[in-house]
Amino acid sequence: MSFQRLRSTLENYLFILPAVTIFTIFYIIPFFWVFQLSLFKWDGIAFTKTFVGLRNFMDIFSRDSSDPLWWRSIAQAGYITLFALTFQNALAFLLALACDREIKLKNFYRVVFFIPPVLSEVVVGMVWRLILNDIDGANLLNRGLIALGLENLTRHWIYDQHIALTTVAIVHSWKGFGWGFLIFLAGLQTIPKELYEAARVDGANAWQQFLRITLPLMVPVIILVGILTVLGTMQAFVLVKTLIQSEVAGSISVPVLRILNSMNNQDLGFGYACAQGLTFGILLVIISFVQNRISKKFSSL
Amino acid sequence: MKSQIVYKIQRIFTNTIIHLLLLTVAVSCLYPMLWVAASSLKTQETVFKDTSLVPREWRFQNYVQAWREGGFGRHFLNSLVYTVLVVMGIVLVSSLAAYGFSRLEFPGRNAIFYIFLLAMMIPVPGSFVALYALLNKLRLRNTEVGYILAMINVGLSTSIFLLKTFFDKTPKELEDAARIDGCSKFGIWWNVALPLAKPVLAVVVVFNALNVWNEYLLALLIFDDRPKMPLQVALQTFQGEFLTNYPLLMAGLTITAVPIIILYLLMQKYIVKGVTQGAIVG
Repeated sequence: MSFQRLRSTLENYLFILPAVTIFTIFYIIPFFWVFQLSLFKWDGIAFTKTFVGLRNFMDIFSRDSSDPLWWRSIAQAGYITLFALTFQNALAFLLALACDREIKLKNFYRVVFFIPPVLSEVVVGMVWRLILNDIDGANLLNRGLIALGLENLTRHWIYDQHIALTTVAIVHSWKGFGWGFLIFLAGLQTIPKELYEAARVDGANAWQQFLRITLPLMVPVIILVGILTVLGTMQAFVLVKTLIQSEVAGSISVPVLRILNSMNNQDLGFGYACAQGLTFGILLVIISFVQNRISKKFSSL
Repeated sequence: MKSQIVYKIQRIFTNTIIHLLLLTVAVSCLYPMLWVAASSLKTQETVFKDTSLVPREWRFQNYVQAWREGGFGRHFLNSLVYTVLVVMGIVLVSSLAAYGFSRLEFPGRNAIFYIFLLAMMIPVPGSFVALYALLNKLRLRNTEVGYILAMINVGLSTSIFLLKTFFDKTPKELEDAARIDGCSKFGIWWNVALPLAKPVLAVVVVFNALNVWNEYLLALLIFDDRPKMPLQVALQTFQGEFLTNYPLLMAGLTITAVPIIILYLLMQKYIVKGVTQGAIVG
């Protein structure tokens, strides 16, 4: 009897065995290696690693660090993230509100708004690069602006280093707003219509209904989208790489690109890249923790 | 009476503004890809001069050239093979595990499940550095197998979570009946649980297919040999070599984007479901 039970339990383990094996090799081991490697100096090829203790971290936090672009790259990712948090999510919310009613072409909009999110970042970056580049006076956006008589709005969108970061932020928002839109729309559809009817009977106008019913009930969804936006945007890098490439190289970068750069740099190496990754990861965990705290505070109101 | 007219005018006005906003955004979503697809049929000389969405002549030989000389045929097949194999792997491995976590008893069940969950929530931006080193050590770097296994891992946690949530909500009667009929545990998983889980499996398939087809970072790190690369990485190297041949690049971009758009349009229902469910997961 007990042998049979043991056999049955072992058989049950077989169900999770493939998942646990793959997960251990490709997630858990690298996870702990990041901590270990961050304490070494290693070019990734040599047989021996040199133990350097916390020197990689001290270097990252020192005044003349080996990667002078590191903290600026975090600030630049932060700029793109702030742009996405405000502009992109506000647009997504607005469009969701517009579609949460009896309106023509509603399903068409729903399908179309999610086309940018299903395209890869490589495709999006390269397509917008073709649209915005200045070769042969290509720049379709500038031509459109001129046609509309808005000549003073034309820019060298990807060559001017004062503009390029904002261009990345705009294209990133173009690619990403569809996610927020779908989540907001799903959230709006869970609000009972009776609430609005009751408010209308009490004489509340549309704006009051929005402020007193829609907004408070949507706070958890808004914070959720916010958290997803921050985690997604801070770690984005492909758009920067494919959209602006080398024109403004050095002046615009994001953390993941810096980590890749350190990895391929003989002087910095894998250890330094891991230390940067950890520093950045801890920063992200702190940010989402704070956001969670804020959301708890809001939902208890 | 008068107020009713004012009300009506106001309504028409706001409706017009709302439609204008929606239409503008919709056009901005469609235009870039349409323009690239149209321009991929133009010549190098006219590609930026003639900005129309209907090319004057349809140079389909651009596609033949991109497919053969540009190597997009090879990379397209690579992407297709990776996507199919990874998605099949994820479906098998994650549905087995999810069924185990939901239905079977064994010590450490909840603890192990929570580790999978935790992995979904903790961002480790540096882990690809360690993964690169590990794959090197296992001699799996620059191999198709290494890439496929690494990508199965990427989709594992979320898929297990979605499927386990589904199994938890599903009544066990059918499975009990199968057990009484003498069906083995694996038989029940394969013959009863998987067919029941079809709607969730569709979500798992669509999302992971999108994810693998569009993946860039791991492919960039894992492959050195050009012939093994999927489309996303190949596009980048292509841009370096055929720098000035824009119609060919545009043909490559279209070849890369069209399959995923078709998949999306066909499986649209499941995407909406997945986004809203995935949001609840987060």
